[in-house]
Amino acid sequence: MYEIDPARTDLAYEFRDNPDGPYSRELTRVINRLRIMPMAERHVLVCLERGRRWRLARIPSDRGGRVDHFEDQVFTDYNEAVWEVFKRRWKTVTGRELA
Amino acid sequence: MKKILGYADAWSVSPGEKIGFKVSSYGAERYRADLVRIVCGDDSPGHGIFRLDQIEAPFEGEYPGRAQPIDAGSYAVVSHAGAFDDLESFTVLAWIYPTTPVKGRQALLAQWQDDPAAGFMLMLDDQGALALRVGDGRGNTAEVSTGETLVERRWYLVSGSYDVSSGIISVGQQPADGPLDLLRPATASAGADGFAAAKTDFMFAALRSVLPNGKPGSACHFNGKIDRPRLASAVLNGADIVSMAAHENPCEQFDSLVAAWDFARDTGTGAVSDIGPHALHGRTVNLPSRGCKGFNWSGREQNWRHAPAEYGAVHFHDDDLYDAAWETDFEYAVPADLKSGAYAARLRVDDDEWYLTFFVRPPRGKASSKLAFLASTATYLAYSNYQWLFHERYAEVTESLWTTLEKTDVFLQEHPEFGLSTYDNHADGSGVRYASRLRPILNMAPTTPCWSFNADTHILGWLENQGIEYDVITDEDLHREGADLLERYRAVLTGTHPEYYTTPMLDGLQTYLASAGRLIYLGGNGFIWRCAMSDEYPGMLELRRAEDGIRYRDEEPGEYYLEFTGEYGGLWRRLGVPPQALVGVGTVAVGFDASGYYRRTGNSFDPRAEFIFEGIGKDEIIGDFGYLGGGASGSEIDAVDPMLGTPVHALVVASSEGHSENTLIVPDEIGFHHVAMDGVQSPLVRADMTFFETPGGGAVFSVGSIAWGASLPHNAYDNNVARISANVIARFLQDTPFEMPG
Repeated sequence: MYEIDPARTDLAYEFRDNPDGPYSRELTRVINRLRIMPMAERHVLVCLERGRRWRLARIPSDRGGRVDHFEDQVFTDYNEAVWEVFKRRWKTVTGRELA
Repeated sequence: MKKILGYADAWSVSPGEKIGFKVSSYGAERYRADLVRIVCGDDSPGHGIFRLDQIEAPFEGEYPGRAQPIDAGSYAVVSHAGAFDDLESFTVLAWIYPTTPVKGRQALLAQWQDDPAAGFMLMLDDQGALALRVGDGRGNTAEVSTGETLVERRWYLVSGSYDVSSGIISVGQQPADGPLDLLRPATASAGADGFAAAKTDFMFAALRSVLPNGKPGSACHFNGKIDRPRLASAVLNGADIVSMAAHENPCEQFDSLVAAWDFARDTGTGAVSDIGPHALHGRTVNLPSRGCKGFNWSGREQNWRHAPAEYGAVHFHDDDLYDAAWETDFEYAVPADLKSGAYAARLRVDDDEWYLTFFVRPPRGKASSKLAFLASTATYLAYSNYQWLFHERYAEVTESLWTTLEKTDVFLQEHPEFGLSTYDNHADGSGVRYASRLRPILNMAPTTPCWSFNADTHILGWLENQGIEYDVITDEDLHREGADLLERYRAVLTGTHPEYYTTPMLDGLQTYLASAGRLIYLGGNGFIWRCAMSDEYPGMLELRRAEDGIRYRDEEPGEYYLEFTGEYGGLWRRLGVPPQALVGVGTVAVGFDASGYYRRTGNSFDPRAEFIFEGIGKDEIIGDFGYLGGGASGSEIDAVDPMLGTPVHALVVASSEGHSENTLIVPDEIGFHHVAMDGVQSPLVRADMTFFETPGGGAVFSVGSIAWGASLPHNAYDNNVARISANVIARFLQDTPFEMPG
């Protein structure tokens, strides 16, 4: 399985600067890696108002469990919201914080 | 987050008929209700096309909120109070196939009451080991467990007995012969104070409970299969247990037999037959799966009808749901003059709202327009309460997205009792085969993401904007009435994604097209899967995803035949009725990140096709815009294939290009996967806009793309996708017959 090189922060910033793509081949692999991590470890978004407001959340591993909402992480820009998800997952997968 | 939800007791009603609405509130003390006609349910900011027209209705007003519970989980019940009152010593036994042995206490066969404790309960205990509990009717209980956890997805013969002479209770679990892995038999015994029959129902795969509103419910559900359950009024030895469980009909062999239930007899129904001396028949609840391989399945037969004795198992799930059975809060008698269309009872509280969607068709036996919009209710049902996106680890790389939950998704995650879609897996990992409309469905309403029903409102909104008159009829109507329903119309218009078809639906459409019928297929990935409906279970859809296709999961081998009809399930293509033979095109590729556009072919200048392109430039790119991936060709796309029956005279008048690397050829098209399967490299990844005439004077027009409908509203409905669609409808509604080319 592909593993992200935590030193390649340039790829993260490539995503931050162009979240809609198209992405470089290496960034595509990073994105795919972040998208196949176990469900229980994932940060996701909850749409609060269509096209206007999103909140960071985590899905519990068990069906019926409560979704963990990050009440202070509400975004009015979808790309900023996705960047937060990207950063959180990067941390989970690599163990390193992104600035 | 959701404070108000509900469902209508019908999806299709005619003027003069009544429809009931069932509502549950979650913290809201009161709610307001009114009626809206759904013109366009896409409420995305910037689109500016959301439109619901409020219609006066007698039920409009304020109502008290109340919580209505849902009792999910399938089981079977025998309601014969007192049937076991004379039981002293007994043995209860069955073959079982646990799919989640360790998930807390799971009842297998039980007639049990808590207060005072009485009866017996053969179960899997907290460790997943076989256990028997008995009560003496005075409040004393005794329990014994083998202490040996059962292995999931293996057959075991399990038994429990009580000996009145010794006061001993015993249990035994015996793995079936066959598997090569190490499975241990186990037995255990213990003393008990006594046994007295309980004054309650006999249950398979659950215990009786009481719901918060005081109604009977169920608890301690078992996940897995049960086959050949029996009850004897004696303590049987090991050889007799094996013998009683092995025989299809053990009645003559055992005087002690009290009941022997034969699940194979009633596949396709909710009946449970006891072939024993007392005829203790029962019913299943919440539609556990039948037509399932039993403990003795040899593999020589794949069809439950051909070897019923090998298909005697019922597969129970703790998240099965057929009928939420909520009480009705208000009703609506559809007035004679209400225009056919999509409607909803709108429920509102201060900071939440919900829509109970339904369709008003014209008066029975009549048409009120030349054009029918065929609402894809079978497909809406297949997708109902879809949760794959947040259950499936690889969903994000399939759909090329970051998971963004709707409030409704959050609610479903936290309320598994609302049931699943046919895209999901049960909690035990087996595929969901049934989906019911007799429950709240959280993705068939305006304001939800534009897929399936709400994507179809792009078409409805466009029809309204153009002033094109139409009736709405539904898949369920077509299933029941066949071609008679369609033949009232000059033309029939599909939605964006008419994926699921029962045999009567497809027969009806074929008969319509064989006469003078005209079909406008404004969608993609249509006419793909065989599904089934049943008079026994109105409002329920059955699906078995046999063989290949985008199945989302493996169907259980040996269980490819539908329970409702006995038909072989799977892709219509694999059944010899490919969509290409019906509408000229069939699905070739799927991709959700970006859509392509169409370019006219030389055939588009054929005089036969001129009407389609009236007002469209010779080199004009078609549909390089839209709300689904930015183009009219995308999401799921279809192309012609003469080998699969595209009519020889069909004209491909435009084909799409500009597809993405993440748009990939579907499994049904692949004999061997390779590295050139994407929208950038493969010539197969395209939608073919196709037209052909039929011998009866009818015609078919297909766009072969789910995204087409989401391009109609672009530029205030003034665009070339809308123009082409309008051109086709105008010609298809003319009386002049189409002539086959010479």
